[in-house]
Amino acid sequence: MSARVGVVTFPGSLDDVDAQRAVRLAGGEPVALWHGDHDLQDVDAVVLPGGFSYGDYLRAGAIARFAPVMTEVVAAAERGVPVLGICNGFQVLCESHLLPGALIRNDHRTFICRDQVLRVENADTAWTRDYSAGQEITIPLKNGEGGFVADAATIERLEGEGRVVFRYVGVNPNGSVADIAGITNERGNVVGLMPHPEHAVEDLCGPGTDGLGLFTSALKNLLAA
Amino acid sequence: MARIIVDVMPKPEILDPQGKAVHGALPRLGFTGVSDVRQGKRFELEVESADETTLAEVDRIAATLLSNPVIEDYAVRVESGEPA
Repeated sequence: MSARVGVVTFPGSLDDVDAQRAVRLAGGEPVALWHGDHDLQDVDAVVLPGGFSYGDYLRAGAIARFAPVMTEVVAAAERGVPVLGICNGFQVLCESHLLPGALIRNDHRTFICRDQVLRVENADTAWTRDYSAGQEITIPLKNGEGGFVADAATIERLEGEGRVVFRYVGVNPNGSVADIAGITNERGNVVGLMPHPEHAVEDLCGPGTDGLGLFTSALKNLLAA
Repeated sequence: MARIIVDVMPKPEILDPQGKAVHGALPRLGFTGVSDVRQGKRFELEVESADETTLAEVDRIAATLLSNPVIEDYAVRVESGEPA
């Protein structure tokens, strides 16, 4: 039996199919979830994919936060169900207050698309257990509003509690505070990051398979439970 | 009918790349003497009447949807003068 991982499609999601494919390649069963449904179809984990939900109108992720399915995602996250937000999904998680802070426009004011080196700072979340702490991985990054910001007290708490999950290595591509690329909640089941692990799951496309570990981590965890 | 205005601005300590881009364009157009530009959003809400209950509701709208309190401040006011 394989674990069922839901991938939400919002109007304007772009990477939902890639995320489903990543789940499949990691050995899970992807389940397409629809933004307008109050239904998670009993999935074991949820991925909020990248893209431009609702055209990024108002603020990136601001309108998606109030989509019917998000009521269920928030409730599931609070029950401990693993939830991963990638890029726009990370923005939705911040707008939903499942993760602290916010993502603002890149400090250099341009969209960026590059293969990005990250350091795994916390290998003890639901989505990073297949990595080791300190490991460096390369996955694509593509965003216009990827600058992570939060007040000083929040940053101090994130750093102090080991809740910075990924950090940019080499260059800071968007002005994120303390080179933060991804964070987790207190419980470690909700993780958000700007770079795209679902674009690094096959050697043929992208810079390698370094992104697969996020998906295998969650699946291993679910099957062990 | 009444019109309620909600102004949303990035917090002073938050970087405002859009404002910076606008500021950077001014000297190229020959406008000097502007020392800084911040860019925000203005929302115009048409309501039946700008009574206390409605204003309290608009305040909640501003706090939950129109602004993100992590990075933005908002101000609510009733538009004065003749309606457009």
